[in-house]
Amino acid sequence: MREKWISRSIQIAGFSSILFLLLIFIFLIREGTPALGEVSLKEIFNIRWYPIEKYFGTLPLIGGSLLVTITSILIALPFGIGTAVYIAEIAPEGIKQVLKPLIEVIAGIPSVVLGFIGILVLAPFLRKFLNLPTGLTAFAGSLLLAFISIPTIVSIAEDALYAVPQSYREAAIALGASHWETIWGITLPAARTGVLTAVMLGIGRSLGETMAVMMVTGNAPVLPIKWNSWFLPVRTMTATIASEMGEVASGSVHYHVLFFIGIILFILSLIINVTASWVTFKKRSREQAVS
Amino acid sequence: MTQNDSAISENPSNRAYIQNKGSDTLVNLALAWAEEYQKIHPEVQISVTGGGSGTGFTALINGTVDIANASRQIKPEEIEQAKAKGFEPVEFIVANDAIAVIVNPDNPVSKLTLEQVSKIYRGEINNWKEVGGEDRPIVRLSRETNSGTHVYFLEEVIRLGSKEDKSIFSADTLLLPSSEGIIAEVRDNPNAIGYDGLGYVTPEVKTIALSKEILGEYIMPSVDSVRDKTYPISRSLYVYTRNQPTGIIKDYIDWIRSKDAQALTSQLGFVPIAEGQ
Repeated sequence: MREKWISRSIQIAGFSSILFLLLIFIFLIREGTPALGEVSLKEIFNIRWYPIEKYFGTLPLIGGSLLVTITSILIALPFGIGTAVYIAEIAPEGIKQVLKPLIEVIAGIPSVVLGFIGILVLAPFLRKFLNLPTGLTAFAGSLLLAFISIPTIVSIAEDALYAVPQSYREAAIALGASHWETIWGITLPAARTGVLTAVMLGIGRSLGETMAVMMVTGNAPVLPIKWNSWFLPVRTMTATIASEMGEVASGSVHYHVLFFIGIILFILSLIINVTASWVTFKKRSREQAVS
Repeated sequence: MTQNDSAISENPSNRAYIQNKGSDTLVNLALAWAEEYQKIHPEVQISVTGGGSGTGFTALINGTVDIANASRQIKPEEIEQAKAKGFEPVEFIVANDAIAVIVNPDNPVSKLTLEQVSKIYRGEINNWKEVGGEDRPIVRLSRETNSGTHVYFLEEVIRLGSKEDKSIFSADTLLLPSSEGIIAEVRDNPNAIGYDGLGYVTPEVKTIALSKEILGEYIMPSVDSVRDKTYPISRSLYVYTRNQPTGIIKDYIDWIRSKDAQALTSQLGFVPIAEGQ
């Protein structure tokens, strides 16, 4: 009887996440879709965002989020995977004992603190070093986001590397592979599903981050399509929702459009997650077919 | 209005509460007033919150506050919403505020005409040398669109007070979430131009003298230049109540507009209201 009760409550906990996801989605749809009736699609996918004069073009915001997120992941990926490989495969025990908790401490720094450092140190430095009109740019945001997502990538990728059976490494070494060949040819490929999950969670972390980005990207809704857009201010979807939601009258057009942006964000992160699990699923089934 | 409509509640110990919400420009001043008033009248308790002028009006219309603070006048659609709820908002001027245009201390430009400022923010002037400065790009800074100061600047500076003019901020204007963010960027970026209420301007940035016409006199913002209306961009700050106030709310607003309370106004960098304002 007791056993049954425990397994039932665990089951409820498991299903609750589906329920919450569904409720959030229903809420977003209910508050966001009226925007489509009030503003034409052409206006929503326009290039000017200035809601107090009824300009509801979301393209600069989508572009801003994508630019900052993709750049941050390109920066975070080599650092994150490199650090994970170093900790899991190369570092001697003593260094490992220091590095691992240090990276977890980085994960615990509130993003608003990083934003402050961004405003006071990073932005002025970038402005002087790269001779920019202002340091509050997409690139400053990307650097901060990379710093924020690295700990996520490191800890998950590292766990995946640990999970690779020791016998794989021993077999590779026995066949005459060097340490580096073992890491690159055996351990990393064997851990790729975990590594991929790490990257996807890192992207999700970057896409959803609000505070740090709002503080250092300058929040100018400019469509980032020029070659130097990295070094110009951008405005992300999250920053827009955060800074404008507090002020809008609930039920107004602006309010519905902000929720519509929420739907876009939700769909983007859904695409990222579905792609990730699709890729891992495909690879896994191929492996099983081989064995 | 029946007594039930009011959010004031008097509990058995006869303490009365006044809820006060709105403009971020006014929030420090409103807090100073509230603290001072509670010293004189310990039986009254006043709570003050910021959030922006629009937030204050929304709260007043929804009946959750007694007094809304605002750095802009109430909009016609907000009056309509209020009437739909069965009351008429009443306006009181409680202080005056100058909008200071600020640049980095290293910037040699020290005076601009209103039209030049307007062209800069519209994106028609993009280099400091066009207004007599060094060959540097101009970085435009503004508060977010929810700020009453942003709306005032749009109407009175960018559009130069013209109702037909539909110009807006250049798209590459940086919208910073706080006054501190603007001051910080202007302080260490020689390309930047910003604006803020005079009460928020620190000595680390340079205030620009403004003129209405090219040949006119360039005036620095100050208590005197706001009072004699020579400084071109100053505005009044308001509080709004539901209907004509009575009882403790009337007493409080009368006190805010008295000499004692207005002395606090100038201490915080605002300009006291004039006789008969």
